[in-house]
Amino acid sequence: MDFNELIRGFPELTITGLTQGAIYALVALGYTMVYGVLRLINFAHSEVFMIGTFAALWTWGAFGLDANSGRPSVGAAALMIAAAILVAAVFSGAAALLVEVTAYRPLRRRNAPPLAFLITAIGASFALSEGVAILTDRRQFGIPALLPTAPVISIGGWNITSIQLSTLAVAIVMMIGLDQFVQRTRFGRGIRAVAQDPNTAALMGVNQSRVIALVFLLGGLMAGVAAVFADMKTASTRFNVGFLIGLKAFSAAVLGGIGNLRGAALGGILLGLVENYAAAVFGTAFKDFVGFVVLIALLMFRPTGLLGESLGRARA
Amino acid sequence: MRQKFVRTLGGVAIAALMLGGAAACKQDSGGGGGGNANKVCDLKIGFFGALTGADAGLVTPGKQAADLAVKQYNAKNADCKVSIQPFDSQGKPELAAGLATNAVNDAKIIGIVGPAFSGESQTANPIFNQANLPTITQSATRPSLSANNWKIFHRGVGNDLSQGPAAGRYIKDVMKAQKVFVVDDQSAYGAGLSDEVKKTLGSLVIGTDKATDNQNEFGGIISKVKTSGATVLFYGGYTEEASPFLKQLRANGWTGTFVGGDGIYDANMLSVTGQKDVEGTIATCPCAPATTAKGNFVQDFKTEFGADPGVYADVAYDLTNIFLEGIGGGKSTRADMQAFLQGYNKAGSATGVTYKWDDKGELDLAQVRVWAFKAAAGKWAPDQEIPKA
Repeated sequence: MDFNELIRGFPELTITGLTQGAIYALVALGYTMVYGVLRLINFAHSEVFMIGTFAALWTWGAFGLDANSGRPSVGAAALMIAAAILVAAVFSGAAALLVEVTAYRPLRRRNAPPLAFLITAIGASFALSEGVAILTDRRQFGIPALLPTAPVISIGGWNITSIQLSTLAVAIVMMIGLDQFVQRTRFGRGIRAVAQDPNTAALMGVNQSRVIALVFLLGGLMAGVAAVFADMKTASTRFNVGFLIGLKAFSAAVLGGIGNLRGAALGGILLGLVENYAAAVFGTAFKDFVGFVVLIALLMFRPTGLLGESLGRARA
Repeated sequence: MRQKFVRTLGGVAIAALMLGGAAACKQDSGGGGGGNANKVCDLKIGFFGALTGADAGLVTPGKQAADLAVKQYNAKNADCKVSIQPFDSQGKPELAAGLATNAVNDAKIIGIVGPAFSGESQTANPIFNQANLPTITQSATRPSLSANNWKIFHRGVGNDLSQGPAAGRYIKDVMKAQKVFVVDDQSAYGAGLSDEVKKTLGSLVIGTDKATDNQNEFGGIISKVKTSGATVLFYGGYTEEASPFLKQLRANGWTGTFVGGDGIYDANMLSVTGQKDVEGTIATCPCAPATTAKGNFVQDFKTEFGADPGVYADVAYDLTNIFLEGIGGGKSTRADMQAFLQGYNKAGSATGVTYKWDDKGELDLAQVRVWAFKAAAGKWAPDQEIPKA
């Protein structure tokens, strides 16, 4: 137990925790939306994220950057990051759609039992991660340095680097955008309708298959965006990066109330912060231990998560 | 009823698989022959270690060197060849047991170079020991490996009882660091090495922390390192985690020197981390620079692979040659090979180290030399041999 460490490092721990939490949250959105609509835990979502990290790496590679290249100018870097976000979102979205169309949809057609979906999800996850493992020789890839590392904002011990700032800014924009999309647009209404009652929604003329595909696509897009910032933050990627972050993001989704968009965002950020504070107080070895003990404890008092399961019900 | 049927079916399937496996093995050992009447040909030497994966950079140079040794041997013994059988563990202890069993079941394999890492050694060596299949590791340095009464265990390098204190002395005496932060990856190798470094540094260690296998996000540790004001960080572990850790330290503005053991002394540490971030990093190794190895080894290696020999290549070359010398001398069973190794007492042609093992399988530690290497301009440049205490 070392509370001095927590007090001394509080600003830094808070900021790195928020950044990591924002990435968890973006990935968690994918889990939560699919669960909200299909009551399915899409384990392959962690691999959708992993594919995004590689798509970003390839994008930067196409610009001629590798781990050894120098930092581009800030303007060029911003442009390349934007390009990577676009490409990664497309790749991740496509991967998510592919899993839905090739793996889950045929099962739904045959009215398969939930266990078949679960095993298919795990199978799809392994197939994707091992596929990439074979393609890349299980190698680890360094991410080129893009943004300068000096703090851009520095107020009384609170230093924020450009990577952290851009991660938080983009994550917040994406989350608000998604929330508004689901709350306000016609497509969003379709998603909420199917989440609430698939049969009635179908009777009302909602195209269920299209809504489900849309949900996978949106989750994939979010994971792709998260992947770009995770790349810049962790500075490396390999075929199994999705595993741990997928697990954490799924936990974040449960923590916030699975099926609930705002809950996933809240859960992700909370998990990122708790982990960091726990690492400071108890040592990094206890990071995951404390993070998950907190999760279990919270679920005891609020079994449906902080904000409850409510993609359909809340403010419908 | 149905359950019973399924169980029976499963049992039959497993039995069929096992029979199939046994048949395959028989076929394997049935082949060969030919050539000399009294000599057994087509024998194999196993090469056990991470040939793919993030830590492969530590092992593949040794594999190349072993291939080179066998190629040279076969050129001289065209009538009775030997081959290398690779076992790619990806450096993972959980894969090691299965691979070790495969190796044991292949009767043509009478010696193993490896396992390359300490963690996988702890899983695989008991299996080799039970089958009397002799091993010589070129790079597993955890001291306690020799304390298991594995009669088949031989270590072709020094261990972390030499490396750890030497790394500590380098930080203390050469770098003259006052504030050192020590992190390990909780692996058999990393934790052991870090403990030795901590012992040597004593009160200079101002903070410690633990990473885990496969970790790729180090925010929490980095905050601690930065607030501690450490100017040197010792990392006990492998490139897979060390590389992102170092990159993230740099991205968060830490400017101190990153020091690691032989676990980061590989080409991936340089290429994955990137030249700018890795510059100035120190790696210690209970080995001399492979590029200054004796004899024709460096030249031969360059001719064969078009690159300088990498980490532990010279050691693996010498160890493979010991097995080849045994095979050339007519040792054709595992027991013969084991006896041959126990009586061995010669200097290796590439390393110049005298290979003579005590009853625990350790070399005479007095002759173990530990070097420090520094990352400079995208290469590991030999810095200096670390003076003995």
